[in-house]
Amino acid sequence: MTDAPPALLRFATAGSVDDGKSTLVGRLLHDSKSVLADQLEAVTRASRGDRGPDLALLTDGLRAEREQGITIDVAYRYFATPRRRFILADTPGHVQYTRNMVTGASTARLTVILIDARNGVVEQTRRHAALAALLRVPEIVLAVNKMDLVGYEEADFAAIAGEFSAYAGKLGMNRVTAIPVSALAGDNVVEPSKNMDWYGGPTVLEHLETVRAGDEPSDGAARFPVQYVIRPQTPDLPDYRGYAGQVARGAFRVGEEVTVLPAGHTARITAIDVLGTAAPAVRAGQSATLRLDRDLDVSRGDLIASAAAPAPVTRDVTATVCHVADSPLTPGRRVLVKHTTRTVRAVVAEIPSRLALADLTEDRDPGSLTANDIGRVRLRTAEPLALDAYADSRLTGAFLLIDPADGTTLAAGMAAAPTTAPR
Amino acid sequence: MTTTAASSVAAGRCDLGHLDALESEAVHIFREVAGEFENPVLLFSGGKDSLLMLHLAVKAFTPGSVPFGLLHVDTGHNFPEVLDFRDRTAEKHGLELHVASVQEYIDSGVLTERADGTRNPLQTLPLTEKIAAGKFDAVFGGGRRDEEKARAKERIFSLRDEFSQWDPRRQRPELWNLYNGRHAPGEHVRVFPLSNFTELDVWQYIARERVALPSIYYAHEREVFHRGGMWLAPGDWGGPREGERVERRRVRYRTVGDMSCTGAVDSDATTVEQVITEIAASRLTERGATRADDKLSEAAMEDRKREGYF
Repeated sequence: MTDAPPALLRFATAGSVDDGKSTLVGRLLHDSKSVLADQLEAVTRASRGDRGPDLALLTDGLRAEREQGITIDVAYRYFATPRRRFILADTPGHVQYTRNMVTGASTARLTVILIDARNGVVEQTRRHAALAALLRVPEIVLAVNKMDLVGYEEADFAAIAGEFSAYAGKLGMNRVTAIPVSALAGDNVVEPSKNMDWYGGPTVLEHLETVRAGDEPSDGAARFPVQYVIRPQTPDLPDYRGYAGQVARGAFRVGEEVTVLPAGHTARITAIDVLGTAAPAVRAGQSATLRLDRDLDVSRGDLIASAAAPAPVTRDVTATVCHVADSPLTPGRRVLVKHTTRTVRAVVAEIPSRLALADLTEDRDPGSLTANDIGRVRLRTAEPLALDAYADSRLTGAFLLIDPADGTTLAAGMAAAPTTAPR
Repeated sequence: MTTTAASSVAAGRCDLGHLDALESEAVHIFREVAGEFENPVLLFSGGKDSLLMLHLAVKAFTPGSVPFGLLHVDTGHNFPEVLDFRDRTAEKHGLELHVASVQEYIDSGVLTERADGTRNPLQTLPLTEKIAAGKFDAVFGGGRRDEEKARAKERIFSLRDEFSQWDPRRQRPELWNLYNGRHAPGEHVRVFPLSNFTELDVWQYIARERVALPSIYYAHEREVFHRGGMWLAPGDWGGPREGERVERRRVRYRTVGDMSCTGAVDSDATTVEQVITEIAASRLTERGATRADDKLSEAAMEDRKREGYF
C-alpha cells in the first residue's frame, strides 16, 4: 500500500448573523450524507414553514440558540467523504463573539468566510478576514452566498470577489478562493450549480477535499515542548528517563544534536519512542518520547529545539493579543503567561496600540483593551521563555494570558519577532 | 503493511493519517493533565469509549505506568459481562478502581427510583460526591462531540463548579493546544480526550489497535423485548412490563450504559471489521438508535450536563 491514509482537515467558518452560515454548514453536512435519519427527523419536526427541513437547525445545539435563532458558541462538526475527513469549527459571527472566531481559527488550516451577495463586503467581512490573517490561517475560501437573490449574476460575484481579494492582499493573504453559492438552493456547495454556467471553478466541498492541508516548514527549526518526564524506575528499567511531548514544528531524528531551552544545554537524541514503538524520526503533530545522551535536568516546561536553529529566549515579549475576557487589560496588570507547557508570571508593561480590524488603522495608547479588542502589548516575564515569532511557528509563538486570581483566560497572544521593535 | 505513525515516517510520508492525528491529540491531552493536575481520575465503565481512553492513557505513559486511577458510577443495572470486564481490565493494569454506587444511594433513601425505572439521571449525585470525597481535580470522560448537539459545544477542558455543573455560556475559549485547567478549590475540570473522535473513528482505532471489548459489543443471541423503538434486555430493573413480549434475537450493543435505557440493535457483526461495515451503512446515530435517555426531550443532554452529568 503506497497511498497515504486519508488526512484530516480542520477548518472554520465565519459569517455575519444573516449570511446563511448555518444553512451552508447544514447543506455541507446534509449533501455529503453526513446527517443521519434521526437527526434529520428531529430537524424536520422543529422546522417551521413548508420549505423542507431548516438545515440551520442542524448546527444550533443549545436551547438559547434555538430560541433566539442564533449561534452562541463554537460548535465542532465532523464529516467525511471518501477523500478526506473534516473537523469543522462552526463559529458565530456577531461582533461580541470575536473570541469565538479566534478560538476556531487557532486550530484551522482553512477558513470559509461567508458574504451575502446582496450586501457585498461589509465591516464584519473585513473583521473576519483580518482575524484569519492575524491567526495565520493559511487558506481562505470566500463563499459569496445567496447568489439566487441577485439573479445568479456573474458581475455581482466578480465585483465582490475583486474587492475582497484586494483587501486580503493588503492583509498578506494570497491564498483566497472565491466561490459563488446558494446554500439554501444548494448551488456550488456540494453539487455544481446549474444556474451559473459562467463559473468554472470547484464547489465548496470539492475545494475542501483537494486543497493542500498543510505545509511543513523544512528549514530545520524543530520544536518539542516537554510535557512530562517518564521514569518507570522498575527493576527492568531502572534508569529509563524519557521526555514526553508532541512535536510542535519540524522533525527530530535519532543522533541529532538538540538544545534544551531556556537553560541552553545541548545533548544528542539517543532514542525516539512513538507511543511504545521505537522510530528513527518524528515530525510535527506526533506525540512521542525523546531520550537524550546526557543526564540533564529537563522537566515539564522546557523546550527541546534543534541545536542548529534554537528558539530565542527572552523575558521581554512583544505580541499582538486578542482580549477575550470581560475585565479590561491595563498596563501594570499582573498576569500568567501560558506558553507551550510552561506557565510564568508576568506584568503588562505597555499597551502601545489597538488595532481597528475594519480598516486596519492603529489607535495609539488606547489605555486598555476590552473584550474582543485586538492590540499590541509588551510583557515582562518573571522567568525566561523560549518564544518563537508566531509568524514562524504557530504553536511555539502562541500563548494565553490568564488571570492569576481566578484562572480566567484573559487574552490570546501571538508573539512578534523578538528583533522587531514595536510599531 | 501497518499504517502506524512510526512506519509512515519511515516511508517518508508527509501527512499524518487521521487515526494517528486523533491518537496524538488524545495522548497530548493525557500528558497535559498528568503534568498540571494533582489528582486526576479516569471515568471507567468497561464500555468501549472508556476502554479506548485507557488504551490511549497506557500508550501516553509507556513504558511507565498510568499515573492515575479509575472511577465508575455503577447504576446497579449495569451489564454483568461489562462489570466483569471492567474489573479484569483494572487488575491487568494494576490500577485502583473507585466505585460510586447508585444502588447504595437508593437503599439509604438519598435517591428515589424514577417511575420509568431509568437510573441514568440518578448518576450525577454519586459521581459528584465521589469526586469531592476523592479530591479529584481532573476527571477524564469519554464524551465525544459527534454524539450529541450539546456535547458538540463543550470544550476539551470543561470547568465544573463544586456541584459539577456546566455553564455553556461561561466556557473558556480554547485556543491552539493550550488548555487552561486552572480552577478554584472544590471545583474540578472534566477532560474529554476523545472529543474529536467520531463513532467510526473509535471503531477503526479499536480495530487497528486490537483493543479487547466486552462480548456484548458483537452480535450474540439474547432475550430482548421491544420498548420505545429499541430492543431492551430484561432484568430486575423493571422489564418487561405486561404486554411486552420477550423474544430471542441476534443483536449487538452500540453503546453500553444502564440496562434500563440502553438498547441493542439487530446485527450479524461478530468481528470489529463487520461492526465497522454496519456503522458505515447505518442511517441512525449511535445515541439516537440506542439511548432512551436522550429521547426524553430535544435538550435532554444539555439539561443533564448543566446539572453535572458526564
